[in-house]
Amino acid sequence: MDRDILLQFSDFGFQYNAQSGPTLFDIDLTLKRGERILIAGPSGCGKSTLVHCINGLIPFSYKGKMTGSLKIKGRESRDLSLFEISHTVGTVLQDSDAQFVGMTVAEDIAFALENDCVGEPLLHEGVMEAAKLVNVNDYLTHAPGELSGGQKQRVSVAGVLVDDVDILVFDEPLANLDPATGKQAIELIDDMQKKTGAAVIIVEHRLEDVLHRSVDRVVLMSEGRIVADVPADELLSGTLLSDCGVREPLYITALKYAGVDITADKHPASLDTIKLTDDDKKKVLKWYENAARKQDGGSMPELLKADKLDFTYENGKVHALRDISVSFTQGEMAAIVGTNGAGKSTFAKVICGFENQTGGHIYYKGGDFDGLSIKERAESIGYVMQNPNQMISKVFIYDEVALGLVTRGLPQDEIDKRVEKALRICGLWRMRKWPVSALSFGQKKRVTIASILVLDPEMIILDEPTAGQDYRHYTEIMEFLLDLNRQGITVVMVTHDMHLMLEYADRAVVFSQGKIIADDKCYSILTDPEIIRQASLKETSLYELAVKCGIDDGTDFVRHFIEFERAHRSEAGLDE
Amino acid sequence: MNNIFNYIDRPSPIHSLTGAAKFVCLMLWSFAAMTTYDTRMLAGLVILGLILFRVGRIRIKDVSFVFSFMAFFLVVNTIMLYVFAPHHGSEIYGTCTYLLGSGRMGLTAEQLFYQFNYILKFFATIPVVLLFVSTTNPSEFAASLNKIGVKYSIAYAVALALRYIPDIQKQYHEISQASQARGIEMSRKAPLTERLKAASGILIPLILTSMSRIDTISNAMELRSFGKKRRRTWYMERPFAPADLVAMLLCALLILISVWLTYVNQGRYYNPFK
Repeated sequence: MDRDILLQFSDFGFQYNAQSGPTLFDIDLTLKRGERILIAGPSGCGKSTLVHCINGLIPFSYKGKMTGSLKIKGRESRDLSLFEISHTVGTVLQDSDAQFVGMTVAEDIAFALENDCVGEPLLHEGVMEAAKLVNVNDYLTHAPGELSGGQKQRVSVAGVLVDDVDILVFDEPLANLDPATGKQAIELIDDMQKKTGAAVIIVEHRLEDVLHRSVDRVVLMSEGRIVADVPADELLSGTLLSDCGVREPLYITALKYAGVDITADKHPASLDTIKLTDDDKKKVLKWYENAARKQDGGSMPELLKADKLDFTYENGKVHALRDISVSFTQGEMAAIVGTNGAGKSTFAKVICGFENQTGGHIYYKGGDFDGLSIKERAESIGYVMQNPNQMISKVFIYDEVALGLVTRGLPQDEIDKRVEKALRICGLWRMRKWPVSALSFGQKKRVTIASILVLDPEMIILDEPTAGQDYRHYTEIMEFLLDLNRQGITVVMVTHDMHLMLEYADRAVVFSQGKIIADDKCYSILTDPEIIRQASLKETSLYELAVKCGIDDGTDFVRHFIEFERAHRSEAGLDE
Repeated sequence: MNNIFNYIDRPSPIHSLTGAAKFVCLMLWSFAAMTTYDTRMLAGLVILGLILFRVGRIRIKDVSFVFSFMAFFLVVNTIMLYVFAPHHGSEIYGTCTYLLGSGRMGLTAEQLFYQFNYILKFFATIPVVLLFVSTTNPSEFAASLNKIGVKYSIAYAVALALRYIPDIQKQYHEISQASQARGIEMSRKAPLTERLKAASGILIPLILTSMSRIDTISNAMELRSFGKKRRRTWYMERPFAPADLVAMLLCALLILISVWLTYVNQGRYYNPFK
């Protein structure tokens, strides 16, 4: 037996007890010591189930039927205990907030040691060592909740490293991070791998971000099977990714648009390694130069205007918004971006009246908005929370959507009419009698949007509309919002998803430390290094591609890509 | 936002005592206050409790919510006590001095005195419990529960529950804002019944989101070997310091006083009517 094989699936399958068919089929996968693999695939492809099999939650917490064999360090996983497996496999779960068990950073890191009955002074020493490894040793007495997203992730990693594991599993490590922090997270994972020599499994659908540092293989899953287990260069040169509903890196899309033939020997896995021939560069240049320049449309009337808004809390100790002046016009689709704590959510809350500003004014269609209650404002501006489960309180879809109208005491026939309209817009009319619990996350999101739309707002503000969604659901939600926007509703999205900004927003308002530091077209913002740095964004790979191909005006190249992509998309939409 | 029932991190001599010592003190104190009905002792405990609040740098404002909640029950309890046993005081003290009216519902000085002691008892214990909760770090609390013999899984569950209270409060706040936007009136403008109905509507999303969090956290704990062994160690556990021993001795003294008073009074009650 090869001692370097840590994990070996052979002809493995799994079926949950509650389900009528298997979730995983014919899995054959080997992981060796020190290897780095990326597991990608759309939601529901079985990648979470696969992770649960690796870390032992299957079969110990989630019951079901296993077929074939899974060996962890040469022993069948079903003959081990969850605790034995946890000494070999360390898992960093997706939502680092939800997995903190300790009151402080130190205790959280100590958790595994405490459970292993490690006494003093080894306990304190072990914690210190792990904390130093990921550089959080200055925060030991802080509550994990006080830390930034990146620091939280470091703490989670330390909590796993403290146990000296052979395999590190990261379940969607980028899901809750802003672009710059996500980049650092990938670097951290890479560094930890090098320092500890452990094997690393990253489960993620944001391929481009993970490939910022190299991986040995990409395992692509679809419908419970492994459809590819190849080096990244090979995977990116085929069409398998888009066939499976996983987004390929933007520069690859741009190269394909330009007619460049992508093959594995060009090393397309990263812009750092990619080799473009002069002929390829010419193709890109030609594609760019042949672009039709679109003129900006005429300006629309102003809808909402914030004038010098100020917001402080805890008796003025925390200054969350400073001198915010911004306006949104009728029918636009805009993004509000910035790091966690930059003030973007607070701004949305002040606009909706959940919090009252301590200075400045809000005008709506030129009229005073300050004096209106939450309820009155909601008839003009709807607010959709990030997590639909936080908004839904009725059992049936129809009742949930009708709720806002019922509380307003409208006559029944008026309610029926408006609910029908909202449900039809949201594509839920067919399901109106269904219980909400039968819906997917994306469908629930639509229910919450429908329940806001019945109030007939002219503008909706959405907090992270696509957080945690795979490419297909992301596209589904965003196309739906685009459609709403085309029907005349102003859409403002609070987000840190750069793809979303580039692809769907006309304009981005950038918040940093309670102030607006930029308010411009998205392609200008995502190519401005200073704003990118302050707002913890990341330069788009399209810009780098432009530089590589010798195009001077990278910003204009990005703009061309967006326009091309949108035209392409709406054509595709017409085809359906 | 108002804190309901939570650790308040504000360095003070009381904060610096170890959790286990504080827990023992709380037990001793409660036992002393439970056993006696001696007015002088109870009054002493009330005053001592208030002083400790100052020493622990906890303000009444910090705990006002739970306090008013408990005070409400005290009022109900006091009324019930009178309605169901208006002569319990006379039975205890052996005399019957009518102050108002006569017969079954007549108010006697003995009943008044008995119920006064009853209220004092409340004020002698509840503040110390609140003080304990607000000055003890939940994980230290868990460690101390475990130290005195409670199973560590239970001790940890208690600590986690305490820790999540502020999170749940925050979630409640957010959900309530969103439902207000949909026109559900939660402010004082709406009648109480309406507000209660609206609040119950928030409970469903609150419970659903909490359930999914519980699922995640229990997985996270199992993946890091929680429950593997019969014992576990605690990062926050500290050995007893001299101050801890002094505090525990002082509280043990309270029990002695209480027992001594029972002997002197020839019963649990101090009787001024003899």
